[in-house]
Amino acid sequence: MMTAMSTNEQKRIHPHKFTLWVGIGSICMMFAGLTSAYIVKRNQSNWLEFDLPVSFWYSSFVILLSSVFMHLSVKSFKAREISRYKMFITLTASLGLVFALLQWIGFTALGNHGIQLLGQGSNPAASFLVVIVCLHLLHVAGGVIALLVMLIKAYSSRSKNYSSVSIEVVSTYWHFVDVLWIYLFIFLNWIK
Amino acid sequence: MSNEAVLHAHEAAVHQVHGDHHEHHHHETFITKYVFSMDHKMIAKQFLITGMVWAVLGGLMSVLFRIQLGYPDAHFPWLQDILGKWWVQDGRITPQAYYALVTTHGTVLVFFVLTAGLSGTFANFLIPLQVGARDMASPFMNMLSYWFFFTASLVMLSSMFVETGPFSGGWTAYPPLSALGDASPGSKTGMDLWLIAMALFVISSLLGGLNYIATVLNMRTKGMSMTRMPLTIWALFFTAVLGVLSFPVLFSGFILLIFDRNFGTSFYLSDIFVNGVGALPNEGGSAILYQHLFWFLGHPEVYIILLPAMGMVSEILSTNARKPIFGYMAMIGSLFAIAVLAFLVWAHHMFVTGLNPFLGSIFVLLTLLIAVPSAIKVFNWLTTIWRGNIRFTPGMLFAIGFVSLFISGGLTGIWLGNSALDIHLHDTYFVIAHFHIVMGVASMFGMFAGIYHWFPKMYGRYLNNTLAYIHFWVTIAGAYMIFWPMHYEGLAGMPRRYYDYSIWESFKQFADLNRFISTIAIIVFATQLLFLFNFFYSIFKGRKVTQQNPWNSNTLEWTTPIRPGHGNWPGEIPEVHRWAYDYGKDGRDFIPQTEPIGADESHH
Repeated sequence: MMTAMSTNEQKRIHPHKFTLWVGIGSICMMFAGLTSAYIVKRNQSNWLEFDLPVSFWYSSFVILLSSVFMHLSVKSFKAREISRYKMFITLTASLGLVFALLQWIGFTALGNHGIQLLGQGSNPAASFLVVIVCLHLLHVAGGVIALLVMLIKAYSSRSKNYSSVSIEVVSTYWHFVDVLWIYLFIFLNWIK
Repeated sequence: MSNEAVLHAHEAAVHQVHGDHHEHHHHETFITKYVFSMDHKMIAKQFLITGMVWAVLGGLMSVLFRIQLGYPDAHFPWLQDILGKWWVQDGRITPQAYYALVTTHGTVLVFFVLTAGLSGTFANFLIPLQVGARDMASPFMNMLSYWFFFTASLVMLSSMFVETGPFSGGWTAYPPLSALGDASPGSKTGMDLWLIAMALFVISSLLGGLNYIATVLNMRTKGMSMTRMPLTIWALFFTAVLGVLSFPVLFSGFILLIFDRNFGTSFYLSDIFVNGVGALPNEGGSAILYQHLFWFLGHPEVYIILLPAMGMVSEILSTNARKPIFGYMAMIGSLFAIAVLAFLVWAHHMFVTGLNPFLGSIFVLLTLLIAVPSAIKVFNWLTTIWRGNIRFTPGMLFAIGFVSLFISGGLTGIWLGNSALDIHLHDTYFVIAHFHIVMGVASMFGMFAGIYHWFPKMYGRYLNNTLAYIHFWVTIAGAYMIFWPMHYEGLAGMPRRYYDYSIWESFKQFADLNRFISTIAIIVFATQLLFLFNFFYSIFKGRKVTQQNPWNSNTLEWTTPIRPGHGNWPGEIPEVHRWAYDYGKDGRDFIPQTEPIGADESHH
């Protein structure tokens, strides 16, 4: 029945992958909401202009690099090179953590320059930066957790899994989070 | 990817997917069957019954504040005994309680009843059954969707019991009232709980919506092309798309609101003086910004509520008129047009916020454009039942009632869509009348129609018809008697949300009318209890369904066993050969979708 069924359904995208794409559309709408609110607010009075911290440049590089590793890990999974797969997936997740660290350093640097991010007397421009960047960071954290789950699965000897669907879903999500950051980074650099 | 893979994903490691037959011998416990169920049909029933609980609570709230509005001078000491001092003092609803009731009534009815209760129920129930799938694309996410909704319900319910009362700043939760705990008692803990409940609710809707879209696009059975789908599925599909695209924007609005409430930011706040607290330090925020983010969801939300009702009504009208739906493609086109326009009209809720009049005129144009697809739909419904061989089942009556209410309420939408008229009409009872008829009661009618029509499929028993007819006639007559007079009050300038109109010289004249409306509201609410009795009694004691296809309907859900198990079809999923509306074709009463096109058959 499986074979008979899948002959005419082979062309179709796996439902989990498709669901992810719809979910990505949904996440895009959330950030579209925030960035348009940012533009609306910016055009009104009392908007503080400041440069993004230098470490955001480094973090952009780190997340781009992590996407390369992500891609390599999917390739090694498909080539059944499981030890390489484990290494690349660990590297990707670690770079995700480095990315988070760099964002944190960036906010500390802003604070040291006397830009108040939250609380009494903060400017919406700085608060927007915190909300948008931290919300993106939460999505990166979700990706790191997914990668850790994949890693645990790879190490567990109980079940052997040859389907690449889950790693492909995680990889698509990871690349999306990467692209989302690049968009946000350009947006925040360009419109300030 | 096949249906099987999804359904068996969790057990694939355990055993090989079995051969030709699909009899399932899961060892289902009470917990896995009724509580943490992953069967879309059980999840649909969970949504329905939770929604019904909320409908009763929300309806009861409206009865309470209608008592205040209809009988402002009367004292009800027994109400105080039941509800306590915070809600009722000296036998009268307190002003704080009145605003809490109005706010919670709105939030609960819009989100918990008419979004979760309506599309949650019928999307879950009908999508797999009508497209020919064994379950949703991700049954686990589907289960999560319900439990997020359930948790949201508990949090919202708990806000009724906190010392400072539930949130009382209106269901739209505009800042600064919603952002400042010092602004009113309801803006303290009540608002925190409101925000948590709504955040959980948004997650629930998103999980549900993702699943509905993925299922409709990926899991249709062989032969079920998009243009062979019943209109219910098209409507539920567009509903899910609207939800997935608009709820995240509401979520971002909420995030900024949370920061303003708890982290001292100034996204929405500027130059505010609170009595008893003094001037606030917040500067540079814009309260209108929240309104933009809110209504960018808020308007599509109206269609999230209405579209499922439209879809079910199309299906029920066609089935019970024994005629094909008139203008199937036009119906899909108009659903699409409504879904697109839904995103382009949000500022018509903000005509009097100081919106640029030129911008306003663009939104007037786009708003009035919605009349075109709406009129197409009404025309098609009327032509579908025109000279049909109508069976007046309770489901059919509620479907016709929906069309009637949609016309009455839709016409006043053309008034309100004009920014010039809106200067006079905004925030009056005219608005209340408009949206209650076109969105509230009409969608409730769609929901009732759906329940009466698909109850035999849900529980394998029929609802009692006599009770159903009483329920229908009292409700439709009551709905018009409640909301029709409100148009006159609104035209006379009577504002909404006021606690007591008897102290206003201009509105004293409406004292009798308000009493009339309140009395009818109480009667209509009592009639809904009749429906509740019918519903729960019939689950256990109703007349048993003995035919597989009691309505002689074409769609796939009636090819399943009378009480389908998890997986829906015991054997192969049937193949589809035609659209869902071959009624009265070539001299035959109906031809199910599973029947191959005959050689001598005229082509559709």
